Amino acid sequence: MSALLDVRGLVKEFPPRRRREPPVRAADGVDVALEPGQIYGLVGESGSGKTTVARCVLGLERPSGGSIVYDGLDLASRDRDVVRRARREMQLVFQQPAAALDPRMTLRQLVAEPLRTHKLARGAELAARVEQLVGEVGLSPALLDRYPHELSGGQCQRVVIARALSTGPRLLVLDEPTSALDVVVQAQILNLLLALRDERGLTFLLISHDLGVIGHLSDRIGVMYVGRLVEEGPSSDLLAAPRHPYTRALLGSRRGRGSASLDAAPPLLGETPPPWAAPAGCRFHPRCPLREQLGRPAICEQEQPSLTGSEHRAACHFQEQT
Amino acid sequence: MSALLEIDDLAVDFVREGRVAARAVRGINLELATGEALGVVGETGCGKTVTGLSILRMLPATARTSGRIVFDGREVLALPEDELRDLRGRRISMVFQSPATSFNPVFPLGRQLQHVAERHLGIGRRASERLVVERLREVELPDPERTMRLYPHELSGGMLQRAMIAMAILCRPSLLIADEPTTALDVTLAEQILRLLRSLQREHGFAVFFISHDLDLVGDFCDRVAVLYAGRVVESGPAAVMLAEPRHPYTRALLSALPRRGRPGTPLEAVPGNVPTGLEEPTGCAFAPRCPLAEDRCTSAPPHLAPIGAGRSVACYRWEDA
Repeated sequence: MSALLDVRGLVKEFPPRRRREPPVRAADGVDVALEPGQIYGLVGESGSGKTTVARCVLGLERPSGGSIVYDGLDLASRDRDVVRRARREMQLVFQQPAAALDPRMTLRQLVAEPLRTHKLARGAELAARVEQLVGEVGLSPALLDRYPHELSGGQCQRVVIARALSTGPRLLVLDEPTSALDVVVQAQILNLLLALRDERGLTFLLISHDLGVIGHLSDRIGVMYVGRLVEEGPSSDLLAAPRHPYTRALLGSRRGRGSASLDAAPPLLGETPPPWAAPAGCRFHPRCPLREQLGRPAICEQEQPSLTGSEHRAACHFQEQT
Repeated sequence: MSALLEIDDLAVDFVREGRVAARAVRGINLELATGEALGVVGETGCGKTVTGLSILRMLPATARTSGRIVFDGREVLALPEDELRDLRGRRISMVFQSPATSFNPVFPLGRQLQHVAERHLGIGRRASERLVVERLREVELPDPERTMRLYPHELSGGMLQRAMIAMAILCRPSLLIADEPTTALDVTLAEQILRLLRSLQREHGFAVFFISHDLDLVGDFCDRVAVLYAGRVVESGPAAVMLAEPRHPYTRALLSALPRRGRPGTPLEAVPGNVPTGLEEPTGCAFAPRCPLAEDRCTSAPPHLAPIGAGRSVACYRWEDA
C-alpha cells in the first residue's frame, strides 16, 4: 500500500538566537510515512521537534530540507492548485480548543464558517450540514446558538473537530488534542477520534507528550528527541520491546507502578537540551544510561546514529545490547 | 496519634457583586497525620486547589469561607494576621505548578530565598546565605553558590522547580502543600522531582497535601487518597487498596478513563456528561446524573461519607455493588 503522507528527511532550521551562531535545527532528518486509515503517534518531550514536524506538514512552516509528499503530490510544488487540493484534504486540531474558536461566533456560525469559505454548501443545505456535523461529534443541536464561553473544554474541542471535519479531510493532524482536558473528558474525546477514524476512514498524525494517549490510539509510533527520530515502529512492538534507551526511559517514567518505584533511581538524569544546544554525536549520549553501562564508548559522542532495522527501527549504536 | 491538620466541614463560596457566583467547596472533612502524604484528586473545578489555598488562607477577597481548619492545635480560619504570617512559609509551605511564574523575575534567586529565611527565622544576611546554599544543595542543584546569583530566567524549568522546593523546605515546615508540582514538567523531569520530594519527605518527615488530577501519580506518591467531586469528598482511604478496589463509581470512572488501563485501539470506559457547575444544591448525590449505578434514592437524598472499614470511607448508597 502506498503512503498517504510521506515525509522524508525533513529538516527545519530557524535563525540562531545570536548572530554568527549556526541556525537552530528544530527538526533534523525526520522520516514519517502514514498509510491510509492509520493513526501515527509522534511522541516526545518539549523541544523534541514534534510540533515543528506537524507545522511543516500543514504548510505553516516552509521546510529547510527534505520532502513532504501527500497522496503523490509534492507539497513543495509551485503549482498552487496541487497545493490547494492537498491543503483542503488536511486539517488540524490544536491543544487549546477555546483559543481556536472566535469568541464572538456561535457554535452554528463556527461550524458553518469553513463550509462557506470553501463554498461547499449554502442556504438550507448549509444548515443541514452544520447540524449533521455537530451531531457527528456528539454535541446536542440545543447548543447551536451558544458561544464558546458557554461551552466546556470538551465541548469546545468537539466544535474544533467538527470544523476540521467540515471540509471532508482525509488527514487530520492532532497536536496534543486532549492535553488541556480532564481525564474523563479526554477519554470521551479519544473515543470520538477512534470512532471517526473507523466511520470516515480518516488518517491521523497524532502528536503528544503522553505515551498513554499515544499508545492507546496509535498503530505506529515515532519517538523524537531533540529534533531527531530515535525510534520508530509498530505500536505494539515498540511498547513491548523498546530498542532505544530513551524510549525505555520514557516507558519507565509511567506512573501507576506502585510506591516502591519512587525509591529506585530515576530512569534518566539531567534535562532534555534545547535544540540550539544539541550535543554532538548521538544527541542522547550525555544522559544515556546504556552508554554508562558500556563504559562510555567513544562512538556515541562522535557519530550520529541513523535509524536502522526494517519494520521497527532505532537510532542507537548499541541497540542490540539490551 | 492526633492529626497535624484537621479540616472540618469546610465550605467556600465565591461572591461577585454581592451574590454567590460559584460554590467551590461544599463541606469537606479531611485529616492529615504528622509525616503523612495525602493525595487530593479530582477534575477541574472539584475544589481541590481551593481547599489547599484555604489551609494557608490565601484565597482572594471574594471568597466566603466557613467551617474549621485546625493546624497543630491552632484554628487557622480564626488566627490573627501576625500569627498567620508565622504559619505561612515557616510551618506550612507551598509548591506550585508553574515554577516559571512563581519567582520574581527582577531579583536573583538566592536573594528571594534569603528574604524568606531572614524574615521567618530572624537571621542575618550571612546566616541566611549559608542556609540557602545548604538547602539548594539538598534539592540537588549543582553549584549552589553560583546558582543563587542567577536570575529566574537563567534557570531551566527543572532547576526552578528544585529552587521552589528549596524555598518550601527552607524553614523545615511540618506541612507541604504541593499543587500539581510536576504537571508542567516533561515526564523524565517529573520523575526526578517526584523522587526528590519523596526522599526529602523521608528524611525530614514533613506531611504532604498533594493536589493532583492524576490518580496514578497520587497512588504512587501518597499514603492516603481523597477523591473530590463537585466540592465534596466522595471517597477516601489508603492509596494502594483504594485504587486497586475503588468503591465509589466516580473513582472507578476516573480510573477506567485512563488510556493506560484500556485495550489499545478500543473505546475507553468514559462516563457521559460533565462535572456540574450549577449553584443550586443537588437534592441527591451530585454524581447521580452520570452514574451507571444510580437509582431512585440517589436523586432524592444525598449519601454521606461513611466509614466502610479498613480506614476507608465512601459517600455512595451502592458502594457494595461497585
